[in-house]
Amino acid sequence: MWDWEFTISILPLLLEGLKITLIATFLAFGFAVVIGFLLAIARRSSVKILSLPVKAFIEFVRSTPLLAQLFFIFYVFPKFGLVLTPLVAGVLGLGLHYSTYLSEVYRSGIDSIPRGQWEAAKALNFSKARTWISIIIPQAVPPIIPVMGNYLIGMFKDTPVLSAITLVELLQTAKIIGAQSFRYLEPITMVGVIFLILSYVSSLGVQWLELRLNQR
Amino acid sequence: MPFLLKGVVVTIELTIMAAVLAFIMAFIAGFARLSKFAIVRGITQVYVEIFRGTSLLVQLFWVYFVLPFFGIELSAMMTGVLVLGLNYGAYASEVIRSSILAIPKGQTEAGIALNMSPSLIMKRIILPQALLIMLPPLGNYLIELIKSTALVLLITLHDLMFCGTMINNVTMRTTEIYSLVLIIYFLLAYPLTLAIRRLEKRLSAGRL
Repeated sequence: MWDWEFTISILPLLLEGLKITLIATFLAFGFAVVIGFLLAIARRSSVKILSLPVKAFIEFVRSTPLLAQLFFIFYVFPKFGLVLTPLVAGVLGLGLHYSTYLSEVYRSGIDSIPRGQWEAAKALNFSKARTWISIIIPQAVPPIIPVMGNYLIGMFKDTPVLSAITLVELLQTAKIIGAQSFRYLEPITMVGVIFLILSYVSSLGVQWLELRLNQR
Repeated sequence: MPFLLKGVVVTIELTIMAAVLAFIMAFIAGFARLSKFAIVRGITQVYVEIFRGTSLLVQLFWVYFVLPFFGIELSAMMTGVLVLGLNYGAYASEVIRSSILAIPKGQTEAGIALNMSPSLIMKRIILPQALLIMLPPLGNYLIELIKSTALVLLITLHDLMFCGTMINNVTMRTTEIYSLVLIIYFLLAYPLTLAIRRLEKRLSAGRL
């Protein structure tokens, strides 16, 4: 049933697909980290015209499937003259989807800073920017790093969805191999194994990080 | 639009069936993780790690494309229910396990002191308290599950997402259709989100 020779022969192709998967994961994560932070700040803003639409946007994106959003970006944006390659559309969709989750993570981190810290900064006549940069962010970010790590793993596991908008990543590569050779068993099983190994190892890494941060 | 509504029905059916299966799996796996027997714990942990570690879409493809090689051919609907149920069951089993563990040991000891049997302690003392803790996170998984059902389009199940794509291929009115699909999903999931938030508030109000 299982053909090892065939498995080894398709491995280079799969690793090529894995490269695209990893590129998409990290680009989207970087995007989500930045946008998520901006969303978190905008949502805290006292300017209602800014905070309410942002809140609505976050709620909407969190309540609709990633796949539907990807289709929207990939098929509807071109109607308005914005043609995106699968990779760009995928990174944008995945990044935007997770940025709303990360914005909640940031928010919990920022909310956990005691009020006294804000007041102390004010008493020392710190500017708003300086309060954020030297008081709030250094305290808010370390506790949320493990949570962000978990979202990174979650994003990694969601990248196969990008195959639906014709991005040739790991799963799509396996499907193409399957269609050509009529053997689905090895390629798709190998994809599962690769995902399992990578996400298991990185979840161990996150656990280790959590332990270390708790010790401090 | 009637065609799209047919897709909505399939999506809801799929969600409910998968949720029931996930709930059952979560309870079995959650309790098995707390078992006295190392072998039961070990097997369950392997199940949980495999379903949590590999991607949901990969699992769908595996069941849909690979299992036929072993002579097991499942319909798209069966595949969807099975994989979604097993996948979310694995995630939710952690919730069950941690909420049972969250009940203070003194409660069990008090039950023993009152000469209750272990099953009676579980039924009368542990579970009623643990259920309150586990409800909000389980609700969140239900919302995730609704959103994940969109993936079954890729194994050709005629759900909402699939119907949207079909209509698009015929009419080419991409903007309206995909906007509508997004809005329908939002209408399905958002009331649940609100309900769970209210539940969470009410549960945390007096009792704890």
